[in-house]
Formats: sequence, structure tokens, C-alpha cells
Amino acid sequence: MNITHHFPILLDMVPIAAACTMLIIGKFRREWCYYWALFAISICTVMSAGLVWEVYKTGPISYVVGSWERWFGIEIYFDHISACTLLISGLGLLIIIFSKHYIAKEIDERKIPVYYSLILLNLAGMLGFVITGDLFNLFVMMEILSLSGYALVAIGEERIAQLAAFKYLVLGAVSSLSILMAIGFLYSITGSLNMHEIALYLPRAKDHIPVAIAAFALFIMGFSVKAALFPLHIWLPDAHSIAPSPVSALLSGLVVKIGICGLLRLLFIYRYVGGLINVEPVLNIIAWLAAITIVMGAFFAVFQDDIKMMLAYSTVSNIGYIFLGLCLVQSNALIGGIVHIFNHAIIKVLLFLCAGAIIYQTGCRRLSDLHGVGRKMPITMACMSIGVLSIVGIPPTNGFICKWFIAIGAMDAKKPLFAAALLFGALFIFAYYIKILNAAYFKKPRAEFEKRDEAPMTMLVPIVLLAIACLALGVGAYFPLAFIKPAAKSLLSTAIR
Amino acid sequence: MNYMQVIDKAGTNFNYVIAVTLFIIGLYTVVAKDNLIKKFMGLNIMETACFLLYISMGAVKGGKAPIWTEGLKKSTVFVNPIPQALILTGIVVAVSTTALALSLMIKIYEHCETLDAEKLKRLETE
Repeated sequence: MNITHHFPILLDMVPIAAACTMLIIGKFRREWCYYWALFAISICTVMSAGLVWEVYKTGPISYVVGSWERWFGIEIYFDHISACTLLISGLGLLIIIFSKHYIAKEIDERKIPVYYSLILLNLAGMLGFVITGDLFNLFVMMEILSLSGYALVAIGEERIAQLAAFKYLVLGAVSSLSILMAIGFLYSITGSLNMHEIALYLPRAKDHIPVAIAAFALFIMGFSVKAALFPLHIWLPDAHSIAPSPVSALLSGLVVKIGICGLLRLLFIYRYVGGLINVEPVLNIIAWLAAITIVMGAFFAVFQDDIKMMLAYSTVSNIGYIFLGLCLVQSNALIGGIVHIFNHAIIKVLLFLCAGAIIYQTGCRRLSDLHGVGRKMPITMACMSIGVLSIVGIPPTNGFICKWFIAIGAMDAKKPLFAAALLFGALFIFAYYIKILNAAYFKKPRAEFEKRDEAPMTMLVPIVLLAIACLALGVGAYFPLAFIKPAAKSLLSTAIR
Repeated sequence: MNYMQVIDKAGTNFNYVIAVTLFIIGLYTVVAKDNLIKKFMGLNIMETACFLLYISMGAVKGGKAPIWTEGLKKSTVFVNPIPQALILTGIVVAVSTTALALSLMIKIYEHCETLDAEKLKRLETE
């Protein structure tokens, strides 16, 4: 049997196995942990690149764990949405490269094996979440990534880190349980846990439509907590700003996107129920909440002085963009929303890693203390400026494409108010990111920042690579669009109508 | 549907009614109680509600454990084993959540010397 056939399951098992052996390795040689994590995630990156290429060429791959019959066993279904695995493992690789010096400085030496183990578990949970075709397996993977996420927030040495982690845990656990309940509802009316089978059986369960609606509501609630949609976003700013910077990058760039992937899967499950359930009003409400999220997240970000807090609120705002794109029920907006999942992940990881490098070198995280940091760390600040321009959406960068598509979609759907909210949010975003650039370049530099003193190589390499990716995906926007378009079309043609 | 029918339906599906009631009691506890330990007990009640829903879903009247033994008749009915298998996994998840939350609470108490949500909020903003 060809080994490439088993890539879908290996993609998930390699990081889990590496995470479990990490603690043993940490017992003998603490410095090997870094290389072991790097090794595992590199393998994942290669495997997911292979799988994405195959999906691009031949279409979705179905793999059945343990060679049970397709409907009995756990199915792994690798489709266009699962292409997120390449993003997850690639960004995970860069985050782990970045971690080396930062973590050695920030957290207790004895916790280092635990840290890498948790990072790998978190990545494994995300990889499993996006590739699985089984609803209960989806729940288990979600729990793996959430539990490791709570622990990662608490790992830092900050005074209220545990409190932020606890807040995250309570809200996260409530959302997980409502999703578990919803899965139970769906199982009770369809008798299946396979997503394809549920999608096929749901229209036949005509007598139990209220149950299906209750399940839909519980799913929406659960996933919007995970994705931090207004008004369920309150856990995000604390958790994301208090965690160590690589962890913030991981949580803010990737983990919140999991809720959105969950929402896409939900639309996939409910795609044949048109006529029995009208989901459009629900999507409309979410679109309004998303518009509020955009403006409110950006509004709060303007008043932050702490650079990581600002980035965390900006994540809230950008999640609003993605939700708006997905819920406008319009093909351009949907494409924009899905592409923004990818682009925002890249930009936000870049920005958090830059913030991490600055905090590592200077020890300050308040903007008012960072006057003139552009002279001390020119490369880091140049890359951060690219990130800032991308997140605002200035044309040659990748942030422009998605916002453009979402705005066009809002106009096409005859909902210009949403386009207005989008522009309004973009203006606020511009206002607060200008503050960063202003502080770094145009304020009178502090005396200790006069001398050039860059971050170590392990930090610069991921930052520069991500900045290049921001520019490349903006100029070569054709490639992600060509990949996303078929997925968006197929989702839209069957899902909501 | 008049209210007699509603009562009738609730009577035949009382396991679901109890599961949903427990779920809501748990949610109320999480939202309304100030003590972090009580909040977490609310979460445990919600977990139990989910488990109850699954297990009662798979139950069959007069059903046997689905294990193949000699001398089974064709007419033997089995309970559905899948929910039980799922809930075993669910219990593992619940135990690890509980362990993590309790250890976080110990740390919070060490740092702040209180487990009251209101007092903690004041400490946080200081």
C-alpha cells in the first residue's frame, strides 16, 4: 500500500505522537524539544502541501479510518475547506521557529517541553477539525484544541494569566457543550454522525424539523463563541493579549478561524434542507452582528495603549469581516470571506510575531514607551508596516482583495449599509494602525532606541517570510481566488438556496 | 397543538425534557453564581445533561448489551452501543476540562486569594 494514501490520517497523528513523546524527550534533553517540534510540524507541512495539490487537481479525497465501511467508521473528508491544513501547518512551523528565544526568556525553563507539547496538540486539534468528516470527531478535535488553548494562555508568567485562561475556559466549555448537545439532537433524528449522511437524511426527517432548528441554533451559538462574534467576544482581548506572543499569534491567527470553519461545515450539513428550514433570517441576524463586531472591535482598539491588546481587538473586528462575507449569501462576498480567513491568519500572525519581537528586544509593550523603535529594529518595523498596510487594505497587499470582494458582494446583494459598516470599520482600523506607525517612526526617539539592535535570526526569518507572503498574495491574488472559487460556488449553489 | 398534546409528548419523551432542563439549570448556574467553583459545578451539570441525552437516546426497552455470545436468538434486541462509546469519550473530555479548571482555580487563589468573580474583576482592572 502506498504511504501517500494514508496522508490524511498521518497528518493528524504525527503531531499528536510528537506531542506525547515530547515530555519524555524533555526529561533527557530540554533543548531537543524545539527541534523535535520543528521536525514534526515540517512533516505535516509537506504532507498537507501534497494533499492540497491533489485536491486542486482531482477534487475531494475521502479516507476511512481503520478500513470500516464508509458510513460506519470515521471518515476523513479532505475538500477545499480542508485546504486550511496547509495554512495551519505552515504558520505553525513559523510560530515554532519564532518560539525558540522568546519562550526561553518569557516562561520558566521547566515548562518548555510542556509548551511545545501543547502547541503541537493545538495544531493537531486544528488539523483534525478541518479534515474530519465525522461530527463527533469534530467535537473531539475541537476539545483537543480548546483545552490546549486554555492551558497555553495560562502558561505565561503574567499576574492575571490564569484568570484570563479561566474566563476563556468557562465560555469555551459552554460553547463546546452546546455543540455536543446539538450533535446529539442531529444524531437522534438522523441516526448518523457522518456529515454527508446527515446532510442527506435531514430533509427526510420532516416530522422533526423543530429539533433540527434547535440544533442549528445551538451550533450557531457554539461556533460564534469560538470565533468571538459580538456579544460573545469578551474572552478574546484578555486571553489573546496576556498569552506569550507566539501563543497569541496562534490563537488569534488560527484558533478563532476554527469557529468559522465550523460554520462553513454547518452550512454544508444543512445544505439540502432548503424549503423545510429557512436559514436566511438567521444569517441576516449574524450579518448584522458581524457589522456591529466590525465597528465595535475597531472602535475599542483605537483607545488601547497596549500594543497586543490593540491587535486582539483588531482580531475581533476582522472576524466581523469574515462573518459578514459568509452571511451575505452572495458569491463575491462569500469568496471574500473565505479568502479573508487565509489572509487574516497570515497578517495577524505577522503582526503578533512583530509585536513579540519588539517586546523581546525592548521589554515594553505600551505604544507610549515605543517611540522611535523603528530606528532600533528597522527590519522588524518594516515588516510590521507591511502587515499594518495589509490589514488596513491598501491595494498591493493581500488585505485589499478580501475587503474589496466583501464590499462588492454587499453592493450586489443590495445591502449597501453593510458596505458602509465595512468602510467605517476600515477607517477606524486605519486610525489605530497609523498610531503604531506614528509611534515607531515619527515620534522623537527615546535615547536607548538610537542604536540599531535587531531581534535574533530565529525571529527575523519567520517575520520576513510572512511579510513577503503578504505582498505575494496581494500581487498574485489569482491563485487563492482560483482555488477558493469552486468551493464557494458549490457551497452557495446547494447550501442556502 | 393544544397543551394536553404538549404534556403528552413531554411525557413520552421525558428523558429529553429532563436533559434539556438540566442543561438550562447548568447554564443558569454558570451565568448567575459568583463563586468560580460554583460556576464550574454548573458546567459539570451541563456536561451531565449532554451525557444523559446521548445515553437515553440509545436505550431500547428490554435491550441487551450488544455483545455476541453463543445461543443468541434472532429476536434478541440490543441497545445502541454508539452513544455509549461516544459518551465514554465525552467523559474523558469532561474529566480533563475539570482537571484543568480546578488547577487554574488553585493558581488564581494563590495569586489573588479569592475565588469571587466580582472581587476578581476589581483586582483585574487595578
